[in-house]
Amino acid sequence: MYQILHKRELNPTVTQMEILAPLVAKKAKPGQFIILRVNEEGERIPLTVAGTNPEEGSVKIIFQIVGATTALLNSKNEGEYIQDFVGPLGVPTHTEGIKKVCIVGGGVGCAIAMPVAQEFHRLGADVTSIIGFRSKDLLILEDEFRACSDRLAVMTDDGSYGRHGNVTVPLKEMLDAGETFDMIITIGPLIMMKFVVLTAKPFNVPVTVSMNPIMIDGTGMCGGCRLTLIQDGKRVTKFACVDGPDFNGYEIDFDEAMSRGRMYFDFERHAYEETCNLLKGAKE
Amino acid sequence: MSIHHKKHEMPSQEAQVRAHNFQEVALGYTPEIALEEAHRCLNCKDRPCVSGCPVNIAIPDFIAKVREGDFEGAYQIITKSSSLPAVCGRVCPQETQCESKCNLGLKFEPVAIGRLERFVADWHNANVHHPAVKPASNGHKVAVVGAGPSGLTCAGDLAKKGYQVSIFEALHTSGGVLVYGIPEFRLPKDIVAKEVEGLKQLGVDVETNVVIGKTLTIDELFEDGYEAVFVGSGAGLPNFMNIPGEGYKGVYSANEFLTRSNLMKAYNNDPVTPIMKGGKVAVVGGGNVAMDAARTALRLGAEHVYIVYRRSMEELPARKEEVEHAIEEGIDFRLLQNPVEVLGYENPDDRRDPRNGFVTGLRCIKMELGEPDAKGRRRPVPILGSEFVLDVDTVVIAIGTSPNPLIKSTTKGLEVNNHGGIIVNEDGLTSREGIYAGGDAVTGAATVISAMGAGKLAAKGIDEYLSKK
Ligand SMILES: Cc1cc2nc3c(=O)[nH]c(=O)nc-3n(C[C@H](O)[C@H](O)[C@H](O)COP(=O)(O)OP(=O)(O)OC[C@H]3O[C@@H](n4cnc5c(N)ncnc54)[C@H](O)[C@@H]3O)c2cc1C
Ligand SMILES: Cc1cc2nc3c(=O)[nH]c(=O)nc-3n(C[C@H](O)[C@H](O)[C@H](O)COP(=O)(O)OP(=O)(O)OC[C@H]3O[C@@H](n4cnc5c(N)ncnc54)[C@H](O)[C@@H]3O)c2cc1C
Ligand code: SF4
Ligand code: SF4
Ligand code: FES
Repeated sequence: MYQILHKRELNPTVTQMEILAPLVAKKAKPGQFIILRVNEEGERIPLTVAGTNPEEGSVKIIFQIVGATTALLNSKNEGEYIQDFVGPLGVPTHTEGIKKVCIVGGGVGCAIAMPVAQEFHRLGADVTSIIGFRSKDLLILEDEFRACSDRLAVMTDDGSYGRHGNVTVPLKEMLDAGETFDMIITIGPLIMMKFVVLTAKPFNVPVTVSMNPIMIDGTGMCGGCRLTLIQDGKRVTKFACVDGPDFNGYEIDFDEAMSRGRMYFDFERHAYEETCNLLKGAKE
Repeated sequence: MSIHHKKHEMPSQEAQVRAHNFQEVALGYTPEIALEEAHRCLNCKDRPCVSGCPVNIAIPDFIAKVREGDFEGAYQIITKSSSLPAVCGRVCPQETQCESKCNLGLKFEPVAIGRLERFVADWHNANVHHPAVKPASNGHKVAVVGAGPSGLTCAGDLAKKGYQVSIFEALHTSGGVLVYGIPEFRLPKDIVAKEVEGLKQLGVDVETNVVIGKTLTIDELFEDGYEAVFVGSGAGLPNFMNIPGEGYKGVYSANEFLTRSNLMKAYNNDPVTPIMKGGKVAVVGGGNVAMDAARTALRLGAEHVYIVYRRSMEELPARKEEVEHAIEEGIDFRLLQNPVEVLGYENPDDRRDPRNGFVTGLRCIKMELGEPDAKGRRRPVPILGSEFVLDVDTVVIAIGTSPNPLIKSTTKGLEVNNHGGIIVNEDGLTSREGIYAGGDAVTGAATVISAMGAGKLAAKGIDEYLSKK
């Protein structure tokens, strides 16, 4: 059992928690993730390590409440326990030789991008961050990004905060203006990452995408997280949990990944409604 | 006295009933049937059956005890050689092991050794309840990686000798393939849980949620004071066919399909982990894994389940009993057929059509058996122009697994062969001092009993190594 040491609401749908897991806290590097199970009957879900405190032995997670398991997790309070917490899994984000980086985060993907931006800042790289949200009330981590970025653009789809438009708008402007990066790292909805890749392509800037397909074990045992990469014209199968989650954006078959991500859409909606009803019932 | 020509039949759930539930198929012998079956054994002087068992259980001796009605005495004989009799009695491929060597089998059906073993173990579990006593510690610490049959056995043997043993398991439950792979209807999970409970009583410490190579490395285990490490990490990496269409929704590896159903309990009525239910299912492969996936699909509510296998009935590597059970339950065997492409729904006019990307069929080609290969197995060769399509909604790929490269890639100096199997000597020792290995991690996918035997062997090796130290 793993204790919830701190819990904080970042916005109405995004929560941050620090979980006591000393072994994971000691090992985790930016770009890695954990898998947790809230209770004995629960589903296993992956969440990115958003930071660690090795002295306290705690691991920070930031999650968006999108479905049954994240809703259940959010119903737990400080001092309570979650059943299982395993990690760190996946390959840490590659940082070597990258002096100038552009981090592009979308929605809750910003939670995944934040520790990566912080790591580059710590290593002395020049960090440009572009973070985008649907609207102002979904904005998270602006201060954290400001603290670790040399340049920051905040975008909203509806213009309710920052600049109006998609994250690709400032990216394209910078590239058009002759700006270069050793690497663009993008984390967020698949469709956003696909467009970041398309935007960068004419400028020949390498793009790393952080993929988050559906996972179960996270150790390379089930193959449920598999992705198709196109390398030298050949289709190659990779497992995001052990070979990733970071991949070369130019190699990913995004259409397949988007299709596979919607595999259990109806099931998930049903489970979410059930859990919401259950949690509501428990509160009343 | 005349001898029964046939094994006593195993009382089982009716095929029509069991095809719709997850309860155990075979119900086990009653004491009366066990006594009668035990009388079939000739108590042969040359004991060929013993050499057919990978861990050399003293088969005629335990059967003699059963015949006397001394079931606990029989149990004590079995546990000298095997630590998981309730498991092996259920899942061993007896027809190629102990029972294949039985003298009675020359003329009649062999003695039902596996069924008797299961009876004895179940009788013991139901009737004898003295908790294991924790032995005095000898002060040595040993780490075991993986809580499958090889790791559990190695841990048990060492704990009995007074070693302080910690098992590190990546998943949230112990048991390895016994819990995530083999389904409830063939091996009830409480049998495995009981074995693990027994180990804890012996003082074994089980740490779940620790991935060796990620959370901790083997070198860190040595730094933490463990003097020897046993690697029993299995062969969990699923192979795919690398044919077009494997990315469509509804294509699973058998590991994913079975893990969703067994470990994540998707077979419950209102599960939290989703799985495809209903529709038509094709399972590709012919081993135990394929049989388990097919029969699980049926129980989850599939309307029709095919097994697609590229060789013929004779070459099916699965246990005979499971193949028979599968046929009785109505699994449709498509032999000498091989998939070449998975077909999926694509509506070019409407990208938002919810059916887009789901499996609609499996294109296969017919095969014939050609010349025997080096192992004497006749190689299947495709018959040109014989392609056809099976209409299915789900495809489960059960064509084998390989050892996971994680431990090798994080442990310097650990040598593996070109299939990824860890190389060991006759004591189970790897290329690195103090590191032992066994089970599927060494051999590639094999059997429970051989994994258990390897765990025993390594425990002996570790004991000798640390006694000399
Ligand atoms: C490596 C990795 C790291 C991740 N890190 C974070 C993180 O730091 N913070 C965070 O909020 N989320 C993260 N995710 C996504 C998170 O795992 C899912 O949001 C979660 O599994 C949803 O579970 P649920 O039961 O609440 O919702 P579900 O009912 O399972 O799903 C609800 C919605 O979320 C989508 N979804 C389901 N599973 C995933 C998934 N694995 N990835 C993306 N979308 C999914 C579904 O398609 C559906 O639209 C990460 C995913 C991966 C693979
Ligand atoms: C569906 C199916 C049906 C089968 N049916 C039969 C049958 O009828 N009869 C039979 O004899 N055999 C059968 N087998 C084969 C048999 O189950 C295996 O040969 C046996 O379980 C191997 O045991 P093991 O201890 O080597 O590994 P496993 O049982 O695979 O256990 C390995 C354990 O190590 C853990 N692990 C892996 N990597 C790490 C790591 N880095 N850190 C920590 N832990 C780790 C895994 O999570 C797992 O729990 C079947 C297999 C499957 C998949
Ligand atoms: S362990 Fe397996 S092979 Fe050995 S006697 Fe028992 S059933 Fe036969
Ligand atoms: S060979 Fe068969 S009949 Fe002879 S002792 Fe063994 S089990 Fe009994
Ligand atoms: S999550 Fe199972 S292989 Fe990646």
